[in-house]
Amino acid sequence: MMNVINAAGREIPGYIEGYGPVKPFGGARVGTKEALRSEVKVKINQGRSKLLPSLAEAFEQCGLQDGMTISFHHHLRNGDQVMNMVLDEAARYGLKNLKIAASAVFPVHAPLVRHMEQGVVTGLVTSYISGPVGEAVSRGILERPAVMQTHGGRARSIEAGELKIDVAFIAAPACDPCGNMNGLEGPNAFGVMAYPVADAMYASRVVAITDNLVPYPACPVEISQEYVDYIVQVPSIGDAGGIVSGTTRITNNPVGLKIARLAAGVIQASGLLTDGFSFQTGAGGTSLAVASFIRDYMKRHNIKGSFAMGGITGQLVDMLEEGLFRCLFDAQCFDLRAIESLRKNKSHLPISTSMYANPHNKGAVVNMLDVMVLGATEVDTDFNVNVTTDSNGILMGGSGGHSDTAAGAKVAIVVTELVKRRFPVVVDGVTAVTTPGETIDVVVTERGIAVNPRRADLLSKLKDAGLPVVSIFELKEMAEEMTGVPDKVCFGDKIVAVLEYRDGTVIDVVRVLS
Amino acid sequence: MDRSTTTLLFIPGNSPGMLKNAPVFGADCLILDLEDSVTPAEKDAARILVRHALPWLKTQGTEVAVRINPFSEAFLGYEDMEEIALSPPDVIMLPKATKEEVQILSGLLDEIEKKKGLAETGIKIIPLVETAAAVVNMREIAGSSGRVAGLLLGAEDLTADLGVKRTRRGLEILYARSKMAMVCKAAGIAAIDTPFADIRDEAGLHYDAHTARALGMTGKAAIHPGQINVIRKAFTPDEEEIAYAARIISAMEEAEKESRGVLALDGRMLDAPAVAWAKQTLEKAKRATTW
Repeated sequence: MMNVINAAGREIPGYIEGYGPVKPFGGARVGTKEALRSEVKVKINQGRSKLLPSLAEAFEQCGLQDGMTISFHHHLRNGDQVMNMVLDEAARYGLKNLKIAASAVFPVHAPLVRHMEQGVVTGLVTSYISGPVGEAVSRGILERPAVMQTHGGRARSIEAGELKIDVAFIAAPACDPCGNMNGLEGPNAFGVMAYPVADAMYASRVVAITDNLVPYPACPVEISQEYVDYIVQVPSIGDAGGIVSGTTRITNNPVGLKIARLAAGVIQASGLLTDGFSFQTGAGGTSLAVASFIRDYMKRHNIKGSFAMGGITGQLVDMLEEGLFRCLFDAQCFDLRAIESLRKNKSHLPISTSMYANPHNKGAVVNMLDVMVLGATEVDTDFNVNVTTDSNGILMGGSGGHSDTAAGAKVAIVVTELVKRRFPVVVDGVTAVTTPGETIDVVVTERGIAVNPRRADLLSKLKDAGLPVVSIFELKEMAEEMTGVPDKVCFGDKIVAVLEYRDGTVIDVVRVLS
Repeated sequence: MDRSTTTLLFIPGNSPGMLKNAPVFGADCLILDLEDSVTPAEKDAARILVRHALPWLKTQGTEVAVRINPFSEAFLGYEDMEEIALSPPDVIMLPKATKEEVQILSGLLDEIEKKKGLAETGIKIIPLVETAAAVVNMREIAGSSGRVAGLLLGAEDLTADLGVKRTRRGLEILYARSKMAMVCKAAGIAAIDTPFADIRDEAGLHYDAHTARALGMTGKAAIHPGQINVIRKAFTPDEEEIAYAARIISAMEEAEKESRGVLALDGRMLDAPAVAWAKQTLEKAKRATTW
């Protein structure tokens, strides 16, 4: 089948072996009017015990077979042990050719490489991948390409039945004998249970895995018993210390602070920072510094915001408690303060990933965002952003909520140093398109701010505020003046990852490193 | 380099990453340091690195100075000059300067400018006043060469020389600051205040910078990029001053329109110095960058 050029300007095959026919990305805001939700065949249980003595027994009861798709969530992030223990057991059980639908893969999941080598796992669908698994996939360990989705895209594809999950294994910090779960109690409390909601609702079988079996009923209930088939108690689901995402301290790096100050200036100049303001920013020192500048501004000007969303950190909890926001929407807790707040504060609201970002439901919260502050590994002169590969073409990230929030927010701001590890960040063409340039409004670097030409309204506001506005081409030249123009990465023909936009169209592919 | 230069940022000459980022913090002048922030073992590498960084840094829209090592310490200062001569900065800062050493440096710069075909006396000198003797001889040092564009007070060395404690309140350097403000004003050159050493103490820096400005210093050196904004604010007219200056200027323009010789505002007579202050204030405010 012929190659096609999609709306992000990327040349992609019309058909990809091991993936199937390609629906090319047609633009960020081209939406369908109706979407179907998948049917689920439910195994009725009106009284039988759900408690099983072992994972092997759960495999048996679920009818887990070669070639099936099993899912995991990543609320324990780099402290998760559930995926590893299930796959180790699957290997012992003699299973082959499994497809993993994991909301994210971290360095702690390094044993997955061995399972890929041995054919236990041959397929991977995820929204974020870092560490040894990303490197192995980049080198072509899998026969069929990995599929990289957005957080909202994952929920959408599960609900639509495109990503059919045979068995969902859900790590539960607290679970009662009927399968009511929450992430708030127990030695490995990780907070909100957002990612596994779609898995629980649409998987053929659902297995809760817990190290904290509590008396009925678990309270509160985040995922309810109506969706859960079996429960396996294990000594430990991991280490909740691993949930801490990146740094949780405001940067003291002067370059990061300069970028943050400029980004805060952009937000002020946008005119959106008034009563009812809503925003989201990731963890990481620079993002936290942006939030800190915004916090000071809101206090000084007595601004009462509407909501902040995330990736919730202690800093956002402080802002909630100071009355700067009416509520927090929490799709993931990034530190222990966030978990504590979720337990106690009724204005700290847990949301599912579908409610957060699914483009094909009846309304996602990302669409209500005024401002989103995002990171980037590379940005090109069309404002396309890569957060999926590093500059050497190795998979080391993924959209997560990047594309979802960029599409939804009124102003999507990328904050980045202009040069990272001697590589220019602003380039002619990104190594891989994660988020299309049409959804990125502003790129803030320490050496200047570039505004997407689509946003002439913002451009004039930023100039009026005296912010150092330059063109994206000037940023590229400044970067190259320092680094030179790096050699292009050499890729082979084999496609190792298909990057799906939030609507399931293909925005780019990543090929094997040669 | 003149009396409008308010923020000067020291950058260790042996740090490629800091040299690369130095222009982004909005300092009026970057001081690439070969002296205190570079260990003896790193001196050679630093001066070569600085020499190579200079051509690019000079295109980045800020003035660039190099603080060489003192001429009094072995041959370090001379070795620095040999290397820097290959790619001269806008300004040389000379530590523990005496009148005679400034004149030697000026002679070296004459040769460099001749050899490179540069404008005569284009490269300026900032002597560092860091000893009691230098405080006493400040006027002679300032007048020792036409290249001297300002003096920089080095309070740490000065208080060590005096044998007194360096304090947050800064009474121990009150005389040196006051004298420097007067000498520099009389000579029409910049009076640059000593850096504030505690980079975590923003309130202390705020007090220190405001004190320096109140005494008549024209700018202040920083040892961390995070100090730049505090210093700039201290040396920039505040909103009240700007508003008052603007009212003086519009009163003056009105008086000129009506051919009135006498200028008054809010019932007070305004003289020529008040108008000069107003113009200077508005000019400073215009130059100050917000971001």
